[in-house]
Amino acid sequence: MSRLQVVSGKGGTGKTTVAAALALALATEGKRALLVEVEGRQGIAQLFETEALPYEERKIAVAPGGGEVYALAIDAELALLDYLQMFYKLGSAGRALKKLGAIDFATTIAPGVRDVLLTGKACEAVRRKDKRGRFVYDYVVMDAPPTGRITRFLNVNDEVAGLAKVGPIHNQAQAVMRVLKSRETAVHLVTLLEEMPVQETVDGIAELRTARLPVGRVVVNMVRPQVLDATGLELVRDTPRAALARSLSGAGLGGARRGGHAERLVDPLLAQAEEYGERYTLEQEQRAVLGELGLPTHELPLLAEGMDLAGLYELATELRKQGIA
Amino acid sequence: MSPEDPARHREGARPLTAARVLDVDHLLEDPQTRIVVCCGSGGVGKTTTAAALGLRAAERGRKVVVLTIDPARRLAQSMGIDSLDNTPRRVKGVDDAAGGELHAMMLDMKRTFDEIVESHADPERAAAILGNPFYQSLSAGFAGTQEYMAMEKLGQLRAKDEWDLIVVDTPPSRSALDFLDAPKRLGSFLDGKLIRVLLAPAKVGGRAGMKFLNVGMSMMTGVLGKVLGGQFLKDVQTFVAAMDSMFGGFRTRADATYKLLQAPGTAFLVVAAPERDALREAAYFVQRLAAEDMPLAGLVLNRVHGSGADRLSAERAIAAAENLEDPRIVDQDHGKAGVRTSPGNSPDPDGSSGSADSGPGTPSPDTTGDAPAEGPTDAPERSVDALAAGLLRLHAERMHLLAREQRTRDRFTARHPEVAVTEVAALPGDVHDLAGLRDIGARLATGRPELPEPGA
Repeated sequence: MSRLQVVSGKGGTGKTTVAAALALALATEGKRALLVEVEGRQGIAQLFETEALPYEERKIAVAPGGGEVYALAIDAELALLDYLQMFYKLGSAGRALKKLGAIDFATTIAPGVRDVLLTGKACEAVRRKDKRGRFVYDYVVMDAPPTGRITRFLNVNDEVAGLAKVGPIHNQAQAVMRVLKSRETAVHLVTLLEEMPVQETVDGIAELRTARLPVGRVVVNMVRPQVLDATGLELVRDTPRAALARSLSGAGLGGARRGGHAERLVDPLLAQAEEYGERYTLEQEQRAVLGELGLPTHELPLLAEGMDLAGLYELATELRKQGIA
Repeated sequence: MSPEDPARHREGARPLTAARVLDVDHLLEDPQTRIVVCCGSGGVGKTTTAAALGLRAAERGRKVVVLTIDPARRLAQSMGIDSLDNTPRRVKGVDDAAGGELHAMMLDMKRTFDEIVESHADPERAAAILGNPFYQSLSAGFAGTQEYMAMEKLGQLRAKDEWDLIVVDTPPSRSALDFLDAPKRLGSFLDGKLIRVLLAPAKVGGRAGMKFLNVGMSMMTGVLGKVLGGQFLKDVQTFVAAMDSMFGGFRTRADATYKLLQAPGTAFLVVAAPERDALREAAYFVQRLAAEDMPLAGLVLNRVHGSGADRLSAERAIAAAENLEDPRIVDQDHGKAGVRTSPGNSPDPDGSSGSADSGPGTPSPDTTGDAPAEGPTDAPERSVDALAAGLLRLHAERMHLLAREQRTRDRFTARHPEVAVTEVAALPGDVHDLAGLRDIGARLATGRPELPEPGA
């Protein structure tokens, strides 16, 4: 099991949710997981219903079985100042750099520096050991940038090592790449059973593979329950409306005759079934596309009540059941 | 327990919150509207919305250009803009009876950046910039470049003045607000103190104060050199030296684009789906636009679900489904048998009349009449019941979804009652062609066509 789990996915597919559920799932039996956020959106805090996370590792949840989940919102600017302090004992010069706009430049505009800092901090947490030589975190789960940017984000080596050919940033980039391209890392992609997210997943995996980054699993999120299967959908087409009206009426939903309550339900219910059928076919097609990737695939249910803390634990349990953790 | 039970107010009836309805056609047809910016978080259908708005405006007589950032392949193909040449192409298949035209393009950010350089520097200098490794990385798409170039392209299209209306999609950013911030950020870097330090690393000034400052600065470049590596710094310096004359231009352009976004002819549409995160992002956006004095036209709420049977609550649907699935619990067989053998005994004998509609609320056990006819004839009946139960469960699921969407939407409306909203019904699949875009456009213009009015 890789110790750095990177979770990406197209916008709107719920990658933050999946990353959080994964961290909870991994933190079983006294294990400790660190959930890191790199895009400054405070999505983790919102999910765990806590106040905004500082740039500091903080315990945010206890998993069933006594494991712990810590969270960290990595701030590129603070990470850079940290880093300068650590290696150069910069002190007040760091502040002067900031005033000059150099920090801002380095963390927002300079190609790749920001990404090196963010992935660097995550890799540092992966490698960190306590006094007795044990890893501080059993797992680090990263809520990463979306699929369209993930390869570039992780592949800092090409970008930065090429630009900064010597010096600490170069060395840092090299060290980060050693972790990211090893078996220590797995990159998971979250998708929905819809055309665009699936297409983006397929493209994303091809890019990751080309860059020799370790592809992990595909997580299909928000899967709607199967209410009618192929046989049921066939019945939808073949069953006479009058028979349906009688059946609904029999269930206590009003009159089966023309204009009766049960009879008036038939059309809208059939229309919904037809929509469902159309979506069902599309979903089957998308499942087949994902199947061709030859990757372990997991499906997480759409939570009827929307996403909340209880739902998060439910998804974690589901992931564990499916053997992802 | 009538089908009209009060639960429906909780469950399904949508139009309780009095949000203002966004008049999309008015916005698109108004000759004063020159720019429509579609913004919102990722995965909410921004690109499709922008394309649908462009098509609708064109078919209503305007000469439109749509600037998309990253369209789905099939959509781009159907509009004929899947090749990246960074110039608008006329879209075929648009109804031009009203005299309108639709042009579309897909942003090529590197090319856009290159073009700025080429238009501002003499050929020799331009070549030096374009060949610089730092420039190549910067222009190939780092934080902010795409946003900056999208706004730059918008400025260019507007300056050409060839179109009545420009519809812009915004990049799928980290945050939906990035495209507002990135141009300024990049502009202030290119125009800032740091650049001057990099340009003149070792100059020593005459006056004491300046001298001190410059000593500080040369120390800074020393540190930067150490951190970034000497070559990198040198690349940046070369880049900066070559760009020297252009910096003022960058800042001016960024400022001009920003002002363009505040101009009266510009309208922002915030696009969202009725989901918590998307609407939260939309709410931030609404606040931010107000803070920046940028004109918000309204909210486009995509993927809204409706139901033609929204008077039947989820609870009742599930209860009825259970009833059908497990006839042993309730005297279900009697009910069915009754309906089957003596339809005259139906609980709602003359169904169509209004008063009789409340009949099923108080079904008496003996509407069933005679004894159940168990036996071979029951099999098809069972499968019909199973299907009916399935339909009811599907409906219950739909009603839960509706309720959830309504709650999310209400939360937004409560915070921003001033924002006009148009809703677009969820479609089972993606849109890949002009017919699909036209359909979306019609839905955008009607606000909430598919949702039956209460009592209708």
